[in-house]
Amino acid sequence: MVKCASHLVIGMKGVFKLATQNTNSFSVQKMIQEKKKKKSAGGITEKIMPYILFLTAAVSVLTTIGIVLTLIFETFLFFDAVSIKEFFTAKVWYPFSETNGSFGILPLVMGTLKVTVIAAIVAVPIGLASAIYLSEYATDSARRIIKPILEVLAGIPTIVYGFFALTFVTPILRDIIPSLEIFNALSPGIVIGIMITPMIASLSEDAMTSVPNSMREGALALGATKFEVAIKVVLPAAISGIVASIVLGISRAIGETMIVAVAGGSTPNLEWDITGSIQTMTAYIVQVSQGDVGYGTTIYYSIYAVGMTLFVFTLVMNLLAQYITRRFREEY
Amino acid sequence: MNLINHETVVKRMKSRLSKNSISKWIFFALTMFVLLILGILLFRIFSQGFGYLDLQFLQSLPSRKPENAGVYAALIGTIWLMAVVAPVSLLLGVGTAIYLEEYAKDNVITNFIKVNISNLAGVPSIVFGLLGLTVFVRALAFGTSVLAAGLTMSLLVLPVIIVAAQEAIRAVPNQLREASFGLGATKWQTIVRIVLPAAIPGILTGGILALSRAIGETAPLVVLGMPLFLAFLPKTLLDSITVLPLQIYNWTGRPQVEFHALAAAGIIVLLVMLIIMNSIAVLIRNKFQKRY
Repeated sequence: MVKCASHLVIGMKGVFKLATQNTNSFSVQKMIQEKKKKKSAGGITEKIMPYILFLTAAVSVLTTIGIVLTLIFETFLFFDAVSIKEFFTAKVWYPFSETNGSFGILPLVMGTLKVTVIAAIVAVPIGLASAIYLSEYATDSARRIIKPILEVLAGIPTIVYGFFALTFVTPILRDIIPSLEIFNALSPGIVIGIMITPMIASLSEDAMTSVPNSMREGALALGATKFEVAIKVVLPAAISGIVASIVLGISRAIGETMIVAVAGGSTPNLEWDITGSIQTMTAYIVQVSQGDVGYGTTIYYSIYAVGMTLFVFTLVMNLLAQYITRRFREEY
Repeated sequence: MNLINHETVVKRMKSRLSKNSISKWIFFALTMFVLLILGILLFRIFSQGFGYLDLQFLQSLPSRKPENAGVYAALIGTIWLMAVVAPVSLLLGVGTAIYLEEYAKDNVITNFIKVNISNLAGVPSIVFGLLGLTVFVRALAFGTSVLAAGLTMSLLVLPVIIVAAQEAIRAVPNQLREASFGLGATKWQTIVRIVLPAAIPGILTGGILALSRAIGETAPLVVLGMPLFLAFLPKTLLDSITVLPLQIYNWTGRPQVEFHALAAAGIIVLLVMLIIMNSIAVLIRNKFQKRY
């Protein structure tokens, strides 16, 4: 506050100086007019600044437009070579054959789906349990320690999780399930689940903490136990925020790249088996980008078609989360 | 009338109470499980990579022989990347935040910009890579350069900076603005001399957090086609770079255990950088942020 006030004073110093020098010979009104004349140059800044700032704000809109246009244009070029029907219905994704490549997105979607479901199975119970513990049970000091640690977990780069999945989780799982391949859906799924847990936990906890205490006290006064309060009062009251956090977490899992690229393998398939090698949409884009695929080939355009599918998936999830928060929010 | 059957209540009480105490421990145990995973992760990486972590590792270029390999090129590349991302994303992000908080009228366009920013934050990072590949690498012909990588990353972290800067600007109380207007300052003068100085700690904190996200991202750079293995240093903005996450990815992808240890050592370097940056952010937040 003090510092800001001093900025204010520095900023206004010029005006004060003028005022003290000229009090005898000028009226304030004349001074203002003089100042206005002098400041025609400053007036221009004043006028164009909003437009310049608007342009910077437009960059974020242009980014979205750029993403959508890029994906649409290149996807159209892809559909020149491959029919839309094949893309959505063919059961094999094998683009690397020059004569008879097959471009059916389903195996890649299947890979993404398997990993995402495993991640959700890991992240939803643990995330919700942590959220309930933090908002209902934890003492203030425990919360002050645990929340920053969760933030650290959320800030770890995904390549680190990928390394962890490949060199730690997979070997352990292979001891438990001997038939597990080195690259599989299970290990990256579990690690993605761990990665999105802090996000689900902290967003759900926010939703639960915003449930007013009077509701908890009412239930406690009726003889409910703390567990009953958490499950039957707080959880239903915060359900919109909780569901939104889960949907956002799943959207993150769908778009996650490095963990599946490192530990998931590169064998797109349509099987339900989670112990074998898979390929997700994101991992395919990485695989093609790393190789030396020529610009303008069908394979090159295929990463945009896959990217488009991925973009639509995550966009739908994000819009769904926004809709849920808006539609089902309870105001207290 | 006896609405409450005392016996049933007593009978059920025991199971309700035991459910209560059991569930408490389950919630606690699952929370601790998350923390335990973090502990294991850090322990594994440090025990694996510590052997390779020395001055020689920091000063060497990557090599096919694990004992000679180092992260020097990747470290320098990461610093170059930060040097592009920081000014570009701060300029765009703070400009947008000022516009939205100080100038924008409450109309359809403003609303559209806001919805757009929140949706942009949810777009997977790899899709930004596709955008960068088309626009920066191909259309503007920057190639796989520092510039293309930096601009792509700037767009990726833009939503983070905008939201942080918006919050910081919103937290500046209106009395300060009114006092400034009352003394005859114009709107732009008020923004530059009053609002921004007061909001700078919040903006810097958000900026550093965004930057730390940018140097940890891998996927967009792989899509841009940045080299995973590079044995020379960049000299201009149009030179190729490799960065720490890419170098780690490269080492992780190799079958030999020695390279995995190198990857772990690289991860330690990356994590230490992130910890330093985050500590600076927390320090700024605690030291300079005022509550009005």
